[in-house]
Amino acid sequence: MSDETPRPATEPGDPADRPEGATARTGGTPAAGPQDGPIETRTRELLREVLSGSWLVSLLAIVLALLAGAVLIAVADSDVQEAAGYFFARPADTLEAVWNAVYAAYEALFRGAVYDFRADSPTRAIRPVTETLTFATPLILAGLGLAVAFRAGLLNIGGQGQIILGAVFGAFIGFSADLPVVLHVTLAALGAALGGAIWAGIAGVLKAKTGANEVIVTIMLNNIGLYLVAYLLTTQAFRVPGSPNPISPQIPTETAAYPLLLEAPFRLHAGFLLAILATGAVWWLLDRSTTGFEIRAAGANPHAARTAGISVDRVVILTMVVSGALCGLAGSAQVLGTEHVLTGGVAASYGFDAITVALLGRSKPVGTFLAGVLFGALRAGGVLMQSETSIDIILVVQSIIVLLIAAPPLVRSVFRLPSPDARPRRRAGAATTEVTA
Amino acid sequence: MSAAVATGPRAEERALAPVSWRWPIIYAVFTLVALAFLRVGDGATTFRISRAGDFFEIPDVSLPALATNLVLLAVMAAATAVAVRRALRRAPIGWWVPAAFGIAFVLAFLTWVGAGRTTLIPLTTLLAGALALSVPLVFGAMSGVICERSGVINIAIEGQLLAGAFLAAVVGSLTASAYLGMAAAPIAGALVGGLLAFFAVRYWVDQIIVGVVLNVLVVGLTSFLFSTVLTENSAVLNARQSMPDIPIPGLAYIPVIGPVLFRQSLLVYLMYAAVIAAHILLFRSRWGLRTRAVGEHPKAADTVGIKVERTRVVNTVIGGAVAGLGGAFFTVGSGLAFGREMSAGQGYIALAAMILGRWSPKGAVAAALMFGFARSLVNMLSGAGAGISSDLLLMLPYAVTILAVAGFVGRVRPPAAENVPYVK
Repeated sequence: MSDETPRPATEPGDPADRPEGATARTGGTPAAGPQDGPIETRTRELLREVLSGSWLVSLLAIVLALLAGAVLIAVADSDVQEAAGYFFARPADTLEAVWNAVYAAYEALFRGAVYDFRADSPTRAIRPVTETLTFATPLILAGLGLAVAFRAGLLNIGGQGQIILGAVFGAFIGFSADLPVVLHVTLAALGAALGGAIWAGIAGVLKAKTGANEVIVTIMLNNIGLYLVAYLLTTQAFRVPGSPNPISPQIPTETAAYPLLLEAPFRLHAGFLLAILATGAVWWLLDRSTTGFEIRAAGANPHAARTAGISVDRVVILTMVVSGALCGLAGSAQVLGTEHVLTGGVAASYGFDAITVALLGRSKPVGTFLAGVLFGALRAGGVLMQSETSIDIILVVQSIIVLLIAAPPLVRSVFRLPSPDARPRRRAGAATTEVTA
Repeated sequence: MSAAVATGPRAEERALAPVSWRWPIIYAVFTLVALAFLRVGDGATTFRISRAGDFFEIPDVSLPALATNLVLLAVMAAATAVAVRRALRRAPIGWWVPAAFGIAFVLAFLTWVGAGRTTLIPLTTLLAGALALSVPLVFGAMSGVICERSGVINIAIEGQLLAGAFLAAVVGSLTASAYLGMAAAPIAGALVGGLLAFFAVRYWVDQIIVGVVLNVLVVGLTSFLFSTVLTENSAVLNARQSMPDIPIPGLAYIPVIGPVLFRQSLLVYLMYAAVIAAHILLFRSRWGLRTRAVGEHPKAADTVGIKVERTRVVNTVIGGAVAGLGGAFFTVGSGLAFGREMSAGQGYIALAAMILGRWSPKGAVAAALMFGFARSLVNMLSGAGAGISSDLLLMLPYAVTILAVAGFVGRVRPPAAENVPYVK
């Protein structure tokens, strides 16, 4: 977490921390004043490090987002509205109704995502956490894909289209080919990766060769992918013979599907292992390989990278292909892991959620993995939460988390936390300006 | 020609720009495609030119398909020849050649679709549908132009449209007045625009990221409120309100054009006004000059005393309001109640229209109308039962946009300071 190049580097320097000055200027109160003197105690220093760390900002952002969600849940609750009608007569009623509504919703969220303490059998009690991991699998894979692109300074918004194309390729190999056990699923997964890679590769090639803005191209490819899958499902090759429904034939679960990791009531499949492997692979690619260095260099400063002899065009195409392949694998987690058929809505909103996952994970492999698990938990919990309130609250919570994460100074100013670069300024005059960033 | 002759000897000394074959090639390709429309047999195509209730009821026109298409093909060939001549002389193509070519191509296509069938080709309905479907696109594209000319990328058009649609429906339903609903829509859009400005200008967050996340936020908020508050009490909060068509005296009686352009609701007339105002203000007013300066070179603008951040915030909020007004079209503008995610990606198409229109209001409107026409055509074709998949046709606008940004339709250059936060 020491070197922070978290966000797509379309702007120089470190956007996460630079605006701190603006906050300080306009009156964000620092936790400790200059009267502390130049010598800080070790504890105080440690405390400051913890308080200004980016993981704390992430945590507080999640807390703030859940609070905002609680406000919405309370406002939309009919009991609360009723009690608020006579608020000035009996204010306690309103507060109690608010508490009940919020508690019921978040309790359901917890029971749906982590551990169902009200379940009648141990299997059912544990099932939520496996559901979380199941939902997290495509989010992690697609999130990793977008994270790779973000590190290269490429804003790949096309996760949606790449997931769809991956699902199309994977599903087609899945239901049309007749192959032995291990080979079939391997080929289907590779096909899915290829599908996503082709779709992202289009954007990469256009960006490298013609300078076409990858944001616009990938957004357009999302829509084209959506209509493409709708069209394919009307053709003979992709439809169950004789059926009018736009649904592909079933993918044979014995040969072409990811094997289940646990017994039948659990849906957790080997795609999750693939997600773990992918996390390791992306870590190695970005942090240990020459290509990864080139990707990060091109992302941090394309001009400098070009001067240093890196072929930025090649890096752009390669990055988009890797990014698309990972998104394609996310599509395979859908068709080969959980759905086992291809439908028009196969990508759900995973492509857009993956953007938020990569941002929350600060485009780092492990961070993206954890963010994927968190958003998987929100999705899994949201299913049970539906009995209490609308599942759409998850979207609100997710987007608020990402908005706040993208603007750490905002979170710091809400909680009056010190900023990481506040320390050298306070020691102004002293010869300690070489404090590490 | 005369200019070239007059400068004579000096013209040879000067290095001439290379001949641009892009447009002649595009025209030639489309003309070759149009050859396929000649396969119509000896049937006839019937066009319906006026709708029931128009002031002038023109009888349906039945044309022999083959002869019609031969004539139209000749028009296209002539336009191609003109394009070649202009290209050789390095002269700009002007506006009437593309217009004539486009109209001829579309008419040839329609003749081909309708040949030998009993179904009519409803020209007026097609055009009216195109205009209606363009309304949110035009407002969204105007919003994009206003924001991006000041250096703020507005991906949140989608969210602004949706927020506008939501508030218009709720206010319209509460007050039982579609006009009040329409008036409330810009407030919702401006709020989303304000959030975009807050994060992009105040905290220097990447504008594309904020835009995408704001879209998710608005989808989440509106869907949440829709499925909790609005559905519980839909009679009060989400009742349908619609705005009546106001025929403009005189103009509305012109055949074909009158009913299409001048027998519309107030929202459409506001759209005309917004486009004209945006174009004039952007290029002829102090505000416009300052906006463009901030978008192209904020440092220079700051040096002469223009407040860069304030200009950007103001423009983003105004842009949001414009898009919000466009969102009113989805609900009160078309007499519908609010529905989950009812903007359905139109904001992204508006963004594409703005890019195709090269960040100018005029161009953006033309592109938005083209997208609207494409959708209207798809609607008509799926109604007429033509043998073309509507999914494939719906892809076309997006594919055209990709070709456009890849530089096949001329150089596309965004404002220089787009998505670059201004740091003093």
